[in-house]
Amino acid sequence: MEKSEIKGFIAKRVAKELKDGDVVNLGIGLPTLVPAYLPDGVHVILQSENGIIGTGPKPSAENAEPKYKIDAGGSPACADTFGCYIDSATSFGFIRGGHVNATILGGLEVDEEGSLSNWIIPGKKMPGMGGAMDLLVGAKEVIVAMEHTAKGNPKILKKCTLPYTAVHCVTKIITEMCVINVTDKGLELVEINPEFTVEQVQAATAATLIVSPDLKPMC
Amino acid sequence: MRNKVISVEEAVNMIPDGATIMYGGFLGCGSAHHIIEALAKKGTKDLTIIGNDCGMATGPNGEEFYGVAKLIHNHQVKHVIATHVGMTPEVGTQNMVDKTLTVDLIPQGSLAEMIRAGGAGLGGVLTPTGVGTIVEDSPFCLGKQTIDGKEYLLMKPLHADFALIGGHMIDKFGNIWYKGTTRNFNIVMATAADVVIAEADNLVEVGDIEPENVVTSGAFINYIVDGGKL
Repeated sequence: MEKSEIKGFIAKRVAKELKDGDVVNLGIGLPTLVPAYLPDGVHVILQSENGIIGTGPKPSAENAEPKYKIDAGGSPACADTFGCYIDSATSFGFIRGGHVNATILGGLEVDEEGSLSNWIIPGKKMPGMGGAMDLLVGAKEVIVAMEHTAKGNPKILKKCTLPYTAVHCVTKIITEMCVINVTDKGLELVEINPEFTVEQVQAATAATLIVSPDLKPMC
Repeated sequence: MRNKVISVEEAVNMIPDGATIMYGGFLGCGSAHHIIEALAKKGTKDLTIIGNDCGMATGPNGEEFYGVAKLIHNHQVKHVIATHVGMTPEVGTQNMVDKTLTVDLIPQGSLAEMIRAGGAGLGGVLTPTGVGTIVEDSPFCLGKQTIDGKEYLLMKPLHADFALIGGHMIDKFGNIWYKGTTRNFNIVMATAADVVIAEADNLVEVGDIEPENVVTSGAFINYIVDGGKL
C-alpha cells in the first residue's frame, strides 16, 4: 500500500464501526478523517471536549469566530443546529459518565492488555494528557486507529514501555494491515488486509496474535 | 448594591507576588485577556497558575503569546498546574532546560472536578481517570480506593487566591452569559477562589441578561472589569 493511501484506508475502515446516532469523540490527526467516510444514512454526534456536544461542520473563514468558538485542537468550530455549548466539568462528566459511545485516537504503543500509551515520550517534550485519560476511561468503545508500525518497529506490544495514558481500555485496534479485537484472552486478529499474510502481520506485531477462526478480509 | 466595577489596573494591583491564580480559558478561548495583559505589564512574579493550558505561543489572529503564555514568557510564573502545555513550548523549556518552572499535569476531567470540589466544599474527588498511570504519583493524588470492585483515585480539591474569569456579557451585579466555547473552566473557577474578578467583553445593566440566561451568578463575582471588545 502506498504511504499516502494508508490514513484514508484506516479511516474508511474505522467509519464502519460507527452506528447512526453514536456520540463520538475524535482525537487529533487521522481520526478527524473518519466522518468523511461514514456510510450514507449514518450520522454521528461529535463531541469536542472543550465544550461542544453536537459539533457542526467547520465554519467558513468569514463565519469563524476563533476568539469564542473553537474545538479541542484550537481550530475554529461551532455547534451544529442541534448542538450545544457546555463547560469543562459538564463535558467530562459526559465523558466519564459513559455517555460517549466511541472515542477514536492514535497511539504510540498499544499492548495485549488493551493498555495505551500516547501522551508523552519522557524527556522529549512537555505536552500533557489533556482530556485523553478521561476519554479512554469513559468512552464505551476505544478504537485505536494508527499505522501498524513506526519506521518498521512494532507499536503493538506485549507491554507498553512508554507511560500509560490508560490501562485495560482499548477495545479495538485498526491499522493498514488488520483489525484486532482486544479480548480477555489477548489480541484477536479478526480482519486482515488481503495485501498481507497472517505471518507478515504477526511479524510486524510484538504481541502474539490469536487468529480468529472466522478471519475475514479487511475492506 | 455595591459597585463592583473596577479598572484593570485596580484589578491587577490586588494581586501580590506569589499569588495563586486560576484562569478560565481553553487555549486562550474564554480567558480574561485584558487583565492577563495588565498582569504581564505590571510584572507580578512568582505566580502559581491553575488552568487548562498555558495559552498559545501564537494566537488565532497571529497574536504573540496568547492568553497566559505571556506570563510564562515573562518568567512571572514559578508553578503551573494544567492539563496540557504543549501549545506554549516555553513551558517545557523553563521546566526541563532552565529548571525555573515546576509543572503538575492533571487530566482535564480531574482538574475540572478538583476545582469544582474546591468551590463546592467537597473534600476531594474520586475518579477512575489516571488509575495505573503516573497520575498516581501526583502530589494531588491522595491514594487509591476500591468501591464496588472498581478502582478510583482520590484527588485533592483546588482553591486559589484569585480567579480571572472571561465573560461575553456581564451585568453590573456580575451575572455572566458566556458565548460559544468560552464556558470551559470559567464556570467552576468562578466558585473556587477567595477573590473572583470577571472581565466583560460587554458590560451591561442589571436586567439586560434574563435570569434564565445567567450561567454564573453575580453572587460568585467580587469585581468586574470592563474589558471591552476582544
